[in-house]
Amino acid sequence: MKKPRLIAAVAAAALIPLALAGCSGSGSSSGSAKSLTIEDYFTSSYNPIYNKCAKQLGITLKINHVAGAGLISKVLQQASSKTLPDVLMLDNPDVQQIAESGALSPLSDYGLSAKGDVPAVEKANTYKGKLYGLQPVTNSIALYYNKKLLSAAGITPPKTWDELRADAKKLTKGSTYGFAMSNINTYEGTWQFLPFMWGNGGDEKNIDTTATTEALQFDLSLQSDGSMSKSSVNWAQADVNNQFIAGKAAMMINGPWQLPALNAAKGLEFDSVPIPTKTGSPTVAPLGGEAFTVPETGNKASMTTAGKFVGCLNTSKMQTYNAGVTGNVPTNIVASKAWGASHPQVASFVTTVQTARARTGELGPDWPKAATKIYTAVQLALTGKATPAAALKQAQSQSQ
Amino acid sequence: MSVTAQPRVRPTATPLPMRPGQRRARILANTMRWLFVIPAAIFVAVFFGYPIVKNIVMSFQDYGTRTFFTGEAPWVGISNYVQVFSSSLFTTSLINTGLFTVGSIVMQFAIGLGLALFFKRNFPLSGFLRGLLLLPWLIPLIASSAIWKWLLDQGSGALNQGLALFGIPAVPWLVDPNLALVAVIGVNIWLGIPFNTTILYSGLQAVPEELYEAASLDGATGWKAFRHITWPSIRSVVSVVIVLGVVYTLKVVDLILGLTGGGPANSTQTLATNAYHQSFVNFEFGVGAAVSNVLIVVSFVFAMVYLAITRKAVDE
Repeated sequence: MKKPRLIAAVAAAALIPLALAGCSGSGSSSGSAKSLTIEDYFTSSYNPIYNKCAKQLGITLKINHVAGAGLISKVLQQASSKTLPDVLMLDNPDVQQIAESGALSPLSDYGLSAKGDVPAVEKANTYKGKLYGLQPVTNSIALYYNKKLLSAAGITPPKTWDELRADAKKLTKGSTYGFAMSNINTYEGTWQFLPFMWGNGGDEKNIDTTATTEALQFDLSLQSDGSMSKSSVNWAQADVNNQFIAGKAAMMINGPWQLPALNAAKGLEFDSVPIPTKTGSPTVAPLGGEAFTVPETGNKASMTTAGKFVGCLNTSKMQTYNAGVTGNVPTNIVASKAWGASHPQVASFVTTVQTARARTGELGPDWPKAATKIYTAVQLALTGKATPAAALKQAQSQSQ
Repeated sequence: MSVTAQPRVRPTATPLPMRPGQRRARILANTMRWLFVIPAAIFVAVFFGYPIVKNIVMSFQDYGTRTFFTGEAPWVGISNYVQVFSSSLFTTSLINTGLFTVGSIVMQFAIGLGLALFFKRNFPLSGFLRGLLLLPWLIPLIASSAIWKWLLDQGSGALNQGLALFGIPAVPWLVDPNLALVAVIGVNIWLGIPFNTTILYSGLQAVPEELYEAASLDGATGWKAFRHITWPSIRSVVSVVIVLGVVYTLKVVDLILGLTGGGPANSTQTLATNAYHQSFVNFEFGVGAAVSNVLIVVSFVFAMVYLAITRKAVDE
C-alpha cells in the first residue's frame, strides 16, 4: 500500500505553516523589567521625553512609532496575537473603547491617579470607574487670526457669534475668506464643530435639539455669508492651516500642534483666542491629546515597571518638558498655568483646556457612533441637502 | 558549443500486455498526479477559501474590538444583515455603486475602443504615444487620487484655473454632492482607459488583414467594415474586457477614499467604501463583513458570466 505515504506528505505539508507560526510566536514575551517596549504614533522627536524617564528608572527602551491611522488596527492585531507592547499610547477618545475590550490594566494597580490634572483628563480616561490612561500633555482648538489682516480692517478678535460673523464678513476680500474651519466627513470635522455645539448647550446623546440646531445654523450662516469657503466640507485641519498660511483665510479654528508650521511661515503674524460662544460665555472645547496606558501583557514584572514609567511621564516636571518639545499644554492645572504665563502663543489653549470637555465623557465606547452622526449632519447642512434642523433629525435617526 | 537535438522517444499509444510491476507503476503515476494538484489545492483553500468562509461566518457574529482580545465573537444570527439592509446608507451606497460601475465601464470602453482603433493605424510615434497611455496604470492609486484631489480643488485647482481662462466660473467638483460622484467617475474612467485600450488593441491585432482587403473589394470600408468584420471578430475580447472591468470597478475603494472619503454628505459612498468604513473606522467587523458579502455575491455573478463567456470562446 502506498496510500500512507501520500497522507504523510499531505500531513507534512499541512504542518509547515504551524511550524513557521511556532517559530515566530515565541521570544517577545520574555521581556524582563529591565527593558520596556513602547508603541505610539509620534515621530522620533518624542524619543528624548521617553529617554529621560528611562534614565530615571534605569531601564532600556524599545520604541516603536506607528503611522497614525494604522495604530488601532495594529493594536487589535497585537491583542489577538498576545504581543501588546508594555506601554501603549492611545488617542484619548480611543482609550475607553480599548479598555472595554479588556486589553488595558487599571492604573490604580500602580498607585497612579489623575489628581491635579484638568478634570476632563480623568473623564476621558476612566471606564467603569477605573482610570486606564494618563495624559502628560493635552491640547484643544482655538481661533487663530492673522494680525495684519485684522488690524488693517480695524478689528479686534471676536468674543461672540455675532462678532465672529460680522468680522468674518468684513475680512472677506478678493481671494481671502474671513473664516476657515474643517467640516470634513471624518472625526476631525466633528471635533471642530463641537465648540459651537457644546458652547451652545448641545449634547451628543441627542443632536436633534434646538441648541445644536442653532450651532449648525451658525456654521451654515458663515458659509452662506460667503465668509467661509464651500470647500470646507473637504478640508482636513492641515488643509485649513495651509489656507491660513497662504493668506486665503483671515481667521481659522485649529490646534497648537500647528504652531511649528505657523512659526515657520515667513511674514505671517498670528495669535489666537478661545473660540467665540453665542453670548461670550467660557468656551467648551473638546479635550485633545494622547494618553499612555499599560496593556495586559501577562508579564507582571514589566507591567509594574511600565506603570512606574507612565507615572514618571506624568510628573509635572516631565509634563512641562513634554510641552516644550511638542507645543502642547501640560495637563497639571498648576503646571499649565505657569506654562501659559511664560508661553503667550499657547495661552489661549491653556485657558480653553481648563474648561475642556472629554469626547468620551458621556457616551464612552459609543462615542464614535455619535461622532459619525455629528459630521454627517454638518455635511448634509453645508452641502444644502437638508436644512440644519432636518439634517440633525436625519442624522440622529440614522442607524449606523 | 552547439546543442544537438536529441531524438525524442514518443510514447506508444497501443496498450501493452499486463506485466507484473505495471500496477505499481500506475499507482505511482496516480500518486504523482495528486501530488502535483495538492499544492495548488492547498493554496486555493488557504488563500481564497478560508477568507471567504471566514467572512461569511463573521457576518453572523458580533465581531468588534473586544473580539481581538478575548477571542469571543457572539453569534447574532442575521441581525448584522438586518442592520445593513435597514440603513438608509445602504440604499445610497447601492445606487452609487451602480452609477459608478455603469458610468465608468461605458465611458472607459467607448474611449478605450476609440483609442485602440486609432492606434491600429500605424503612424509616426504611435508606439511612443501608446506607451504614454499606460501611464495612469503605472502610478500608485493613492498617489494619483491625491494629485486629482489637487487638480479638482474648487479654489486653487488647476482644472478650475484652466476653465477660468475661458471665463467659466469655478466648478465645485468635489464639494457639490451632485457633482462629486461625476468627478469621481471621471477620475476612474481616466484610470481604466489604459486597461481597455491595451486589451482591445491586442484583440484588433488578431483580426486578419485579408478580411479587410477582401471586404474592400466588395465595397465595405469604414463603418461597414467595422460593423461586419471588426466587431464580430473582437466580440469575445469585448465581453472579457467588460466583465473584468465590472468586477474591478465594483471593488474600488482607495480611489474614492483618496478623493472624497465617501463624502460630501455620503454622496460618493459605495458598497466598498461602506464596508471599509464599518470595519476599519467603526470597528464593527461583523457589519462590514455583511456589506462585503453583498459585494462578493454581485462580483460572483459577474465572474460566472465571465467563465461562461470564456468557455464559449474556447469551444468555438
